[in-house]
Amino acid sequence: MSTAATPAPGKAPDLEVRELSKHFAAHAAVNSVSCSVAHGSFFSILGPSGCGKTTLLRMIAGFIQPDSGAIAIGGRDMANVPPNRRPVNMVFQHLALFPMMSVGENVAFGLARRGVGRAERTRRAAAMLERVGLAGAAPRRTDELSGGQRQRVAIARSMVLEPTLLLLDEPLGALDLKLREHMKVELKQLQSAFGTTFVYITHDQSEALVLSDRVGVMNQGRFEQLGTPQELYYSPATAFVAGFVGANNRLTGTVRAVDGALLELDAGEGWRVRVRAHAPLGVGAAAQAFIRPEAMSLVRTPAQLPPGQSAHSGEVTDVLFDGANSAVLLREARSRRELRIALPQTEAFADLRPGARICFGFDPERAIGFAAA
Amino acid sequence: MTEAPAGAQWSRRLLLALLLAPALLWLLALIILPHVDLAVLSFRERVAPREYAPSLAQYRTFFGEPLYWHVFVRTAALSAIATLITLLIAFPIAWIIAKLARGRMSALLFVVCLIPFWVSETVRTLGWMILLRESGVLPAILTHLGLTAQPVELLYHDATILVGLVYTSLLFMVVPLVGSLESLDNSLIEAAYDLGARGWSILRTIVIPHAAPGITAGCIVVFMLTLGNYLTPTLLGGKNSLWFTEQIYTQFITRFNWEQGAAFGFLLLALSTAIVWLGLKLSGQRFSDVMRRA
Repeated sequence: MSTAATPAPGKAPDLEVRELSKHFAAHAAVNSVSCSVAHGSFFSILGPSGCGKTTLLRMIAGFIQPDSGAIAIGGRDMANVPPNRRPVNMVFQHLALFPMMSVGENVAFGLARRGVGRAERTRRAAAMLERVGLAGAAPRRTDELSGGQRQRVAIARSMVLEPTLLLLDEPLGALDLKLREHMKVELKQLQSAFGTTFVYITHDQSEALVLSDRVGVMNQGRFEQLGTPQELYYSPATAFVAGFVGANNRLTGTVRAVDGALLELDAGEGWRVRVRAHAPLGVGAAAQAFIRPEAMSLVRTPAQLPPGQSAHSGEVTDVLFDGANSAVLLREARSRRELRIALPQTEAFADLRPGARICFGFDPERAIGFAAA
Repeated sequence: MTEAPAGAQWSRRLLLALLLAPALLWLLALIILPHVDLAVLSFRERVAPREYAPSLAQYRTFFGEPLYWHVFVRTAALSAIATLITLLIAFPIAWIIAKLARGRMSALLFVVCLIPFWVSETVRTLGWMILLRESGVLPAILTHLGLTAQPVELLYHDATILVGLVYTSLLFMVVPLVGSLESLDNSLIEAAYDLGARGWSILRTIVIPHAAPGITAGCIVVFMLTLGNYLTPTLLGGKNSLWFTEQIYTQFITRFNWEQGAAFGFLLLALSTAIVWLGLKLSGQRFSDVMRRA
């Protein structure tokens, strides 16, 4: 996956953002952000609402002027270039299809603005609709289409202009869950078919992980981490990324002992857990640790745990059955902290009921400790 | 079992009838009955004192006397021009209220459009006369600035009539325009801009098609109000105003020729109906859609 993100030799990245900032009154919406997106890759900007991702996207599109910093698209500086002259097109959050026009007219709109003749733009719009799997839809009205078809029209309307960069502003946000899952896959396939660089913004970490070659996790106007989905998931650079990307159990406590790269935390009422230190922490420091639900394993007796893993125990409070995503909520015996542990796919724990006592353990290498926020 | 719902339905119908009764009564008493009587009046002729015979003489007089249909066409043309000018002035105002101003500012702008209507039409029109007459404010300023050698009479021109009509009509154009522009999603404008469109082409391809029902509604309302206006053209245009409502007034009140006046009234009704129908046809709008906007 990451191979697609390595830039072709001698070719400038399609998008280069350097030290970009935008303030609204005293609030820094985007605070000295830099990133580079390679040609043909799928880049996502992931963050909670209000993190500045929309402002960043709108600056790239040209709708907002940055206070400082530079944007280069296809190697060309974009300062003072208005949105209608940038080699960038945008798929809007609610798609913004023109209801007063047919599907074909929507797709041909940009070509008409460029002065392409009527016959030529009808032909190119029809060809583009065919590429997105909507052959023959040109005469239809936009409100006759399903949500997924409307999204494809929105993409076709932009792609027909052959932009260097396609910006997507949470286009899946308005769809229902089932369709969203479907469109995620479809979006990914469209991107690889076109080979165009996509910059996608979302607050949904699952969308970002599934779709992207690289993801920038944004918080309070800054990138917390830039990396592949795997890097974000397995080696989060900050506590925010660890908590935001994927499900995670967060424990807070005090460092009681340091053993090389391992920390021993008191996670409440003397419950000791061993985790890998992200950065060196001294004894007595306040720390927070993140352990993924699937990094912990349930066992009936401590003896079943692999050697080197300490045994912990707890009381089941709830069993959340959701097929492959099933999990158990349990309360750790000493600290009474609630933990979420993935349920194995075998039916070994099918008899688990709230109130049952159970043991669990985890590899300290797969638990990460950060300094407390 | 079936009686209870039937009874409920009956009482619901009764309630609906009672609720609609005042409006229906009003329509019947003040609009339908007088018009029926006017129709009867317009199709008869006085052959001797207190003796009448059915005839088309009133309508024949209209087409036979050039002054009458000249005034008729002139009224229609000036009303159309006034409607167009009102649209051109109201559109930017409505755009500012609907898209640029926020919260209190947009409410304030609305109130500014409404303020002229707190004063009666007569007083408003007399205000224009104070400003525009030869010894009035504006000619004095023009003379003072040296633009004219001596005070000029600004009243009693066609342009003066248009100014008065546009001023009176502005609110009725602004309201439906604001409604239709407010419902225009800003992201459509951004999307058009993003796809390479700019000012004029966005207006032509996105804004006007979206606002078309509101534009048509405003134009219909303003055209009807202007065509049927009596006070403004008469006061600002003086004896030369040659407005068709004035002809109707003259027939009824001065000449006491109710038959002729009734025929004129029906011709005016036919004219406004015809032009509204033509406007809807030309703009490709449906009457029900447009009226919902108005």
